[in-house]
Amino acid sequence: MLVNGNAHKVGAHIDTDAIIPARFLVTTDAEVLGANCMEGLTPGWVGRVKKNDILVAEENFGCGSSREHAPIAILGAGIPVVVAKSFARIFYRNGFNMGLVLLEVGDDIEKLRDGDELEVDTDAGRIRNKTTGVEIICAKVPPFMQELLDAGGLVPYVKKRLADMR
Amino acid sequence: MSHTVAEKILQAHTDEEITGAGQIVNCRVSLVLANDITAPLAIKSFKGMAASKVFDKDKVALVCDHFTPNKDIDSAEQVKGVREFAREMGITHYYEGGNVGVEHALLPELGLVGPRDIVVGADSHTCTYGGLGAFATGMGSTDIAGAMALGETWFKVPPTIRVEYTGTLEPFVGAKDLILHLIGRIGVSGALYRALEFCGPVIDGLSIEGRMTMANMAIEAGGKVGLFPADEKTLAYCAAAGRHGDKPLKADPGAVYEQDISLSVSGMPPQVACPHLPENVRPVDELGDLRLDQVVIGSCTNGRIEDMREAAAILKGRKADKNVRLIVLPATPRIWRQAMDEGLFDIFMDAGAVVGPPTCGPCLGGHMGILAGGERCLATTNRNFRGRMGSLQSEVYLSSPAVAAASAVAGVIFNPAKL
Ligand code: SF4
Repeated sequence: MLVNGNAHKVGAHIDTDAIIPARFLVTTDAEVLGANCMEGLTPGWVGRVKKNDILVAEENFGCGSSREHAPIAILGAGIPVVVAKSFARIFYRNGFNMGLVLLEVGDDIEKLRDGDELEVDTDAGRIRNKTTGVEIICAKVPPFMQELLDAGGLVPYVKKRLADMR
Repeated sequence: MSHTVAEKILQAHTDEEITGAGQIVNCRVSLVLANDITAPLAIKSFKGMAASKVFDKDKVALVCDHFTPNKDIDSAEQVKGVREFAREMGITHYYEGGNVGVEHALLPELGLVGPRDIVVGADSHTCTYGGLGAFATGMGSTDIAGAMALGETWFKVPPTIRVEYTGTLEPFVGAKDLILHLIGRIGVSGALYRALEFCGPVIDGLSIEGRMTMANMAIEAGGKVGLFPADEKTLAYCAAAGRHGDKPLKADPGAVYEQDISLSVSGMPPQVACPHLPENVRPVDELGDLRLDQVVIGSCTNGRIEDMREAAAILKGRKADKNVRLIVLPATPRIWRQAMDEGLFDIFMDAGAVVGPPTCGPCLGGHMGILAGGERCLATTNRNFRGRMGSLQSEVYLSSPAVAAASAVAGVIFNPAKL
């Protein structure tokens, strides 16, 4: 998948309460959750996001609660990719399961600034910063996770396994 | 091959040989958990998987504890969906109403978790059961749906950080202070992707409830699990909860650790986590005069009977400051009744407290104690993220029940030793 969009950069340890506060957890609707994405960080944040924009974060993105509403809210806001220095582990699993692409880049995160125009090739794990001309190569997705992504996420993966068992 | 506690448990649930950190293995699970917030999504995914039944109707627990008693129409609709699913699947362990408690306090007292179990829950504080020697970890709803359907899930074997506590605890210092101190030291991503394994004489001396308080906050350091060995105390606790056949558990000699941390606790004062991260930990006496609007004693971290007793011992014969709303939420119906029978409610109510039902309630900013802008709360909960308990302009501090009770009386964050 090739994604072209602007970077929206946030800081370190952005928790799931910041991504989607508990008061919105009375629904599982992606559109409603998306309209309130990052409401616990900066009210109105989602207003400046365009479809296919890219979320860029410092370390430990998505820490805190296990709510899957967090990746759903990000996807619901029109963001298909998150690039971070590192991810919290439950969020990492959830992202893959929901089909949100997560790229971990370590210290290279410094090469991406708020507002930069990016092109992300998710298959090759390559991020091109069109504003600065810098290119980043990310770590490969572990083979098992790749298998999940290839199956189209965990839901189709389990569906297939259950069907095979019958 | 020598195994850490984490590796040993994983090994007991897979036919593959565990060779070390980083390996991805499929493991059978002992129990799968979801709550009123995460179960609706899990059910959606479960249906999407075209699953027609859960792998074992005795090994799925659905606990409606977050927004219950239902705070509004939306939450009532969510719980209704979970209830219908539980009936449809014939799930044994469905909890709502008079039998519900905060999930992580409830399941251990019902004997649903024990040493060597693998428990996966759609709730990040599932790691609490590490206090009993269970490999217990939080996941998202879809992972949980997969585990409900298949009875197994995949894990990446985590590297383990061993944390040894030595020395002697001061009066009014306990499990909560031990874990806050560690998080203050290693930070909120200090154990990212890792297992924490606790050991040492201080740990041996802790009660099972105290161990669960510590394991509960492993996730606040980014950890996958917070594991304790299972000893005589663990076995006695499990037997009292009606379990049979549990055996002791400890790491093999020669097990490989990624890191060893040794902490001496002699002389350590009570610890408090300041806004807006659990890693902003400082000794209580360094905080100065921080006026409080609310104090909450409860949650899966510190809502157990020992916590109630600890708070009551300080509140006895005293009154909460007139500017402080003191809210006490015993975490389960059994704890509630026990506290009532022991006369603790008289102490709480004489002190001016509100005693509420077992619920997560204010801990996640759900209901029953939401903060307005500019308000400050000291809570015995586990998270103080910005806006966690209400307004983005409010502040949450975290402490033990002893510090919370003393602070309610003083009206400012206060060391119980100085009351
Ligand atoms: S008490 Fe708080 S931390 Fe514990 S399960 Fe409930 S909301 Fe989560």
